[in-house]
Amino acid sequence: MSTQQPPELIIEAGRGEARYWQDLWAFRGLFYFLAWRDILVRYKQTVIGVSWALIRPLITTVVFTVVFGKLARLPSSGDSPYAITVLAALLPWMFFSQALSDCSNSLVGNANLVSKIYFPRLIVPASSVIVSLVDFLIVAVILAVMMVSYQYLPDWRVLCLPFFLVVAFVTALAAGLWFAALNVRYRDFRHIVPFVVQIGLYLSPVGFTSSVVPEQWRFLYSLNPMVGVIDGFRWSLLRGNATIQWDAFAIGILLVVLLLSTGLRYFRKVERTFADVI
Amino acid sequence: MNAPAITIENLGKRYVIAHQGAAVHSFRDLVSGTFRRAGGRLAGRAVEDPRHEEFWALRDLDLEIGKGDVVGVVGRNGAGKSTLLKLLSRITEPTTGRIRFRGRVASLLEVGTGFHPELSGRENIFLNGAILGMGRSEIRRKFDEIVAFSEIEKFLDTPVKRYSSGMYVRLAFAVAAHLEPDILLVDEVLAVGDASFQRKCIGKMRDVADSEGRTVLFVSHNMQSVQSLCNRGVYLKGGRLVDHGDAREVTARYLADLSAVGSERIWSAEDAPGNQECRLRAVRVSGPDSANGIVSSGKEVRVDFEFHIERTPPAFCLGFDLMTSDGAVVLRSNHTDPAEPDWLRAAAGTHTWRCTIPAGLLNAGVYHVCPKIHAHEMYWIAHLDSVVQFEVVLDHGVSPFWNSADALSRPGVISPIFPWQAIPANTTP
Ligand SMILES: Nc1ncnc2c1ncn2[C@@H]1O[C@H](COP(=O)(O)OP(=O)(O)OP(=O)(O)O)[C@@H](O)[C@H]1O
Ligand SMILES: [Mg+2]
Repeated sequence: MSTQQPPELIIEAGRGEARYWQDLWAFRGLFYFLAWRDILVRYKQTVIGVSWALIRPLITTVVFTVVFGKLARLPSSGDSPYAITVLAALLPWMFFSQALSDCSNSLVGNANLVSKIYFPRLIVPASSVIVSLVDFLIVAVILAVMMVSYQYLPDWRVLCLPFFLVVAFVTALAAGLWFAALNVRYRDFRHIVPFVVQIGLYLSPVGFTSSVVPEQWRFLYSLNPMVGVIDGFRWSLLRGNATIQWDAFAIGILLVVLLLSTGLRYFRKVERTFADVI
Repeated sequence: MNAPAITIENLGKRYVIAHQGAAVHSFRDLVSGTFRRAGGRLAGRAVEDPRHEEFWALRDLDLEIGKGDVVGVVGRNGAGKSTLLKLLSRITEPTTGRIRFRGRVASLLEVGTGFHPELSGRENIFLNGAILGMGRSEIRRKFDEIVAFSEIEKFLDTPVKRYSSGMYVRLAFAVAAHLEPDILLVDEVLAVGDASFQRKCIGKMRDVADSEGRTVLFVSHNMQSVQSLCNRGVYLKGGRLVDHGDAREVTARYLADLSAVGSERIWSAEDAPGNQECRLRAVRVSGPDSANGIVSSGKEVRVDFEFHIERTPPAFCLGFDLMTSDGAVVLRSNHTDPAEPDWLRAAAGTHTWRCTIPAGLLNAGVYHVCPKIHAHEMYWIAHLDSVVQFEVVLDHGVSPFWNSADALSRPGVISPIFPWQAIPANTTP
């Protein structure tokens, strides 16, 4: 039919490199479709799907407010109601923890795809993180409703929110890439990830504010980038009623970048054997 | 102009197999392995892990496949056919060598890859299309055609988990059949699904190859479909290329090699064919007074399948193809052929099921038993070539003419005895 030269493709042992990023772009359609599939499946049974996304943050907020605010009488962020202090932190935390666990399980969960068709494997963990954004939006709506009902509205600082969200996104992706790749070969990581998430919840200032951390430990504590993200969310949403340990946060972000670049390198290195061992 | 569509040079694939029954590595392996390697490096030597063994699934393959050729890839189980297709479709990387394609490649190693049971037929068409490499606009353009081909219009908005297995396969094939690559790689998928739909798919593949000059690489255990569909053949054995050329000659050579199996085949627990649900442990043929796999046509033939069920697969179906030594399938029998209340129950545990081929059916000759275990029309659990054979000597007639010494074999594949009667001249038939 057409006289144009057919596309040529050369596969050579030990040289999958050259076209990788080009391929990643060529397969962007698959990236959208996988994210679209995961979202559809998640909310397909609308009643359970959406209501679960609503109930979980609500109950957690209530429990944390009662335990930390009422029983332990920890201080809230400035003049904000304790429930809002908690939910403003749950918003990035739930996004992060869900993105991290979905990302870690993504390759093993899509084993049938990985072993039956070719595509740059990076698409799978990347698209799985997107899905958590939908839950994030749902929690954000709950928070908005709550803020309106408490008549406690954010100021201009809310415009900085996307920056902190991006940091949370990249942190989840960086750690998730490592876990996803390790999970293919060493299935024990399946048990490690929920544990990491669980511990992370206690180590991050979700139920309390980071002001309760003793001053001499504050810097060390804030090296965890999620501490900076959560403080950042509170700062943006609660009219600046939170302090961000900027120096430690900057180092934390550097650590994340390091984690991401090594994670990418490791992922790329082992990716070519995924189909053989999955 | 006539440059080959695929050029393969020195292609090889090496797998590392873990022993001690540990198919999946554990975290402990990582830790201990890292220390051992570090220790070895300190001592200045390379460390071999005794629990891992290297194994070449494909080795030193040189091959050229011309544009417009339809190539049948044949070989026994484990010969490396799927490995070759996986290398060609870039799912896994070659250990040695290079492959050069001229044209857009698409592969179909399984029907319905990526189908999601919760999604509707419509949604799955888009998803599966994207997975097979079609763009969104391309799928939209072909959507009506795909739906028409699949014959499931009415169920388009039903989640595919409610589909019968036949509908599922139809839909999956329909999407795949509308791919328009220059080079298509197909692995055994045509063997599932009902016969009329298979014919439709094979017809579609042939049209594509004939009219549009596409190149097709087609792995199959069915010699008849290789002979009728393909013009070229490739015969692999133990990871090496044994023969390639005219499809008929190659399949004939393969079939000649195949005739070296006995009347009993037992697998060890490690290499028993099957999946996590069910594994075949042994196949035996015997007759009431047979010796060395030679049975008299006047006696029944018993085919015993010993298998172990870990958990019962959906729509479990055990059967076999009976094949002549020149590759024609005489018949297929499944344990689900009788009425449903009479089916044998496949509970978890080890079973031996016997299929009895009635006396007085088969003609003289050598017959091969090719076991097939599958979840009905959905997926294969074990899809084997000949694993046992038996020879029938003709001796089942009651007529003196049946046993005459020169009638060693009759024309035809089977030789049953039919009733004969005279119709009175004045009655209408
Ligand atoms: N990921 C893997 N890791 C280790 N060994 C493997 C792997 N995949 C395949 N093999 C081995 O490589 C050999 C060739 O396998 P392959 O699947 O290519 O055979 P095949 O010719 O397609 O057989 P069949 O007719 O049963 O489909 C087999 O011995 C198989 O056990
Ligand atoms: Mg195979």
